[in-house]
Amino acid sequence: MIPDEYLQTFVVECSELLEQMEEALLTVEQAEHDPEIINAIFRAAHTIKGSAGMFGLDPIVAFTHAAESVLDRVRSGDVIMTSILAALFIEVHDHLSVMINHVATGSQVSLETDNHGKSLIAQLAEYLSEILADQANFTAEVPIIHQFRLEREQSDVVGTDHWHLSLRFGPEVFRNGMDPFSFVRCLFSLGTIVQLVTLIDAIPVAENMDPECCYLGFEISFNSTSDKLAIESVFNFVRSDCLIRILPPRSKVSEYQRLILELPEQDMRLGEILVKCGTLTPKELENILCFQSEQEDEIQRPIGEVLVEQQLVSPPVVEAALEKQQQIKDHKKSEASLIRVDADKLDELINLVGELIIAGAGTNLIARRAKMANLIESTATLSRLVEEVRDSALALRMVQIGGTFNRFQRVVRDVSKELGKEVDLIISGAETELDKTVVEKIGDPLTHLVRNSMDHGIEAAELRLALGKPAKGTLKLNAYHDAGSIVIEVIDDGGGLNKEKILSKAIELGLITETENLTDKEIYSLIFEPGFSTVDAISNLSGRGVGMDVVRRNIQALRGTVDLDSVPGLGSTVRIRLPLTLAIIDGFMVGVGNAAYVIPLDMVVECVELSAWASDEGDGQYLNLRGEVLPYRRLRDHFNAEGETVQRENVVVVRYGEHKAGLVVDKLMGEFQTVIKPLGKLFNGEKSIGGFTILGSGEVALIVDVPGLMSQVEHKGITVAMA
Amino acid sequence: MNAITPVTQSLSTVIRNLELEDQQQYLTFMLSGETYAISILSIKEIIQYGALTEVPRMPDFIRGVINLRGAVVPVIDLSARFGKPPTPVGRRNCIIIIEVALGSETQNVGVMVDAVNAVLEIPANEIEQAPTFGTNIRADFIAGMGKINGKFVIILNIQYVLSMDDMATLAAVSSAPELALAG
Repeated sequence: MIPDEYLQTFVVECSELLEQMEEALLTVEQAEHDPEIINAIFRAAHTIKGSAGMFGLDPIVAFTHAAESVLDRVRSGDVIMTSILAALFIEVHDHLSVMINHVATGSQVSLETDNHGKSLIAQLAEYLSEILADQANFTAEVPIIHQFRLEREQSDVVGTDHWHLSLRFGPEVFRNGMDPFSFVRCLFSLGTIVQLVTLIDAIPVAENMDPECCYLGFEISFNSTSDKLAIESVFNFVRSDCLIRILPPRSKVSEYQRLILELPEQDMRLGEILVKCGTLTPKELENILCFQSEQEDEIQRPIGEVLVEQQLVSPPVVEAALEKQQQIKDHKKSEASLIRVDADKLDELINLVGELIIAGAGTNLIARRAKMANLIESTATLSRLVEEVRDSALALRMVQIGGTFNRFQRVVRDVSKELGKEVDLIISGAETELDKTVVEKIGDPLTHLVRNSMDHGIEAAELRLALGKPAKGTLKLNAYHDAGSIVIEVIDDGGGLNKEKILSKAIELGLITETENLTDKEIYSLIFEPGFSTVDAISNLSGRGVGMDVVRRNIQALRGTVDLDSVPGLGSTVRIRLPLTLAIIDGFMVGVGNAAYVIPLDMVVECVELSAWASDEGDGQYLNLRGEVLPYRRLRDHFNAEGETVQRENVVVVRYGEHKAGLVVDKLMGEFQTVIKPLGKLFNGEKSIGGFTILGSGEVALIVDVPGLMSQVEHKGITVAMA
Repeated sequence: MNAITPVTQSLSTVIRNLELEDQQQYLTFMLSGETYAISILSIKEIIQYGALTEVPRMPDFIRGVINLRGAVVPVIDLSARFGKPPTPVGRRNCIIIIEVALGSETQNVGVMVDAVNAVLEIPANEIEQAPTFGTNIRADFIAGMGKINGKFVIILNIQYVLSMDDMATLAAVSSAPELALAG
């Protein structure tokens, strides 16, 4: 049995690889042919196969192997990655994720899935067999190309028919237990050594010579029918610390030139040796040396420039290649600088830093009491530093939203296939960061909005053309930071919302009356009401009227808001505003009796003094606030708080959803940022409290859950009425 | 079928006995004049009583919450949990921080007691089976009766006493008294 934690790692790794693979496949499907992307897909499949093999997950290995073989052909250029093949691979990808899910949950693969896998393997196999057929056709053409190339290069090729091997054994060869001559002997198994010159130039004068060091070098002219790889493999064991150059028969003059330059001996001496070996004729040597002196000043320059000058490669190609290299390097760099950290460890760190802040505040308090100026100053410095540490600790939890956005490439692709509409997804602001917990929870509502926009927003291609719009619809996902929160936009260029239709539907559903005057925004926000749908036909995707209200509820649960803009005929924009992190809220602290309570600041509308500005005209039920009816509740009564009552009570006016209410408290203590601690199982049943927070004094304060508290109050009203 | 039940019962007794043999050290503490003991293995630390924040609309036995180095820890009044009057606050009050299993995780819970006495070793042969009646607390709260200097002390099965499911149910009922009344 595989230990769970390893399996866990395997599953995590695989899902990441599958994500990369999906992304790459979607790019390929857009008919972008980049060998690097094909390689990425291949690598992902290969790694999954390898890891699955390690765990003995044979079905995955077998399946991935089939996919990998086809990918290998694609990589070598035998098969062209058409969009049909890419679509097949997307199915392959889906099947793989299903299988890996089964591994993760430890469940058995169903027969249906198994059959699906088999049919996919069969489809993949078709591609393999096609190639075999194709290859037969190809073979006829290959020699022709070959011949052509030979002719062109004939002019500056060295006349020898033998391989030329230059070996310089490193000083460590003897110490590593290797005998240079055994390698030379080994060459006999591949061919015959025509000529061998031993180089002893590296041997220093007797007193400096270390008998345990190897100073030998060989120049060998070698006659063999083996290929370069086979000859190279002879030297596998010494490759790391030796200089080995192998030139095939009839190499170009320039290659000999490079060889001469690379070898440590003097050029002239080396040239003579090469002649001695029989590799070069004296005439050829002269040519090479001549050629070399002509180019002496160019040698220092990068190979790219030399190549351009010799008009071997055109400048744009070189530039492209360099850019490519740079990109790959950059990518590698960013990959290498990432560390995978357990989220729990981060939470622990943030907790500890929070504790540090509280401890610092405590010290500061004592310092003030002791009236020691030096100490006060040093604690102030300390707390400033600690706050910086807290900010960077919180930043550790921040992740870019790009990962979430990229997943929608797939959603958009699938939905557009399903609906038969062509839709482009444009992503911007992918680097905007927000808390990981928020990122995890925003996926579902976003999916819903995207599907909704594609289904209802973007019109069918014919209609779009008739309206003078491009046939292809555009869907934009955008994210940016704004005033301490993050804004995510889903923008479509569809038909926009139909105001009249929404209004008539809302009246029909009894949400509003006909006489009500609503602003555009208010009308649009009606679509977030439960059970609201203006679409007559219910499609597979949306239109059931359950959805937008769920979206709004999910976003409100993240302490966010959602609103909608729409221009008829031009499209609509859904804007989601979310707090950057769930761990910290802006709170408004109030005192009730002896206890302190925190009300989330974004719910607070205003604060007024109870007796001066608002009067109780409703027998303890509601207040008259500037002519407005405001139901209220004394927190003191609600929380059964003890402690002295105060003369001048205050009303905190809060807004929750569409309602307003007053909370009567004893003291207003001002706003501050606070870290939310979860309630824990014991207190979860209490709806009027949303969490705990720790004050600077080290005391625990309670965070009021306004909607929860109000529902309790309403509930009580009902029970009282019933009694 | 009938034959199987006694076997499983005796098996659990065997396991309990084995556990008791392994854990021979107990912390004794006072609660409204009586001495109780709990195995030291689940105890994390003992702190002074103070800086407690009350949580409204909770049953008597949930005294409130404290800040334990950045973590919010609920504090249980053991006396009230046993159905006796709440513990009066005095100079020697202590909070014993205990690790309670909650599913696969553990949670820290504070237990407020009158005073903490000592850590004692009670050999397994000095521990008697819990009587099924005759004590004034729930029988499933008692792990056994330990004999110290010829006197019996109640060894608590603290994981049962602080069972989160049990307490959360009580807390939820208490937080919605109107509902309970209306029903």
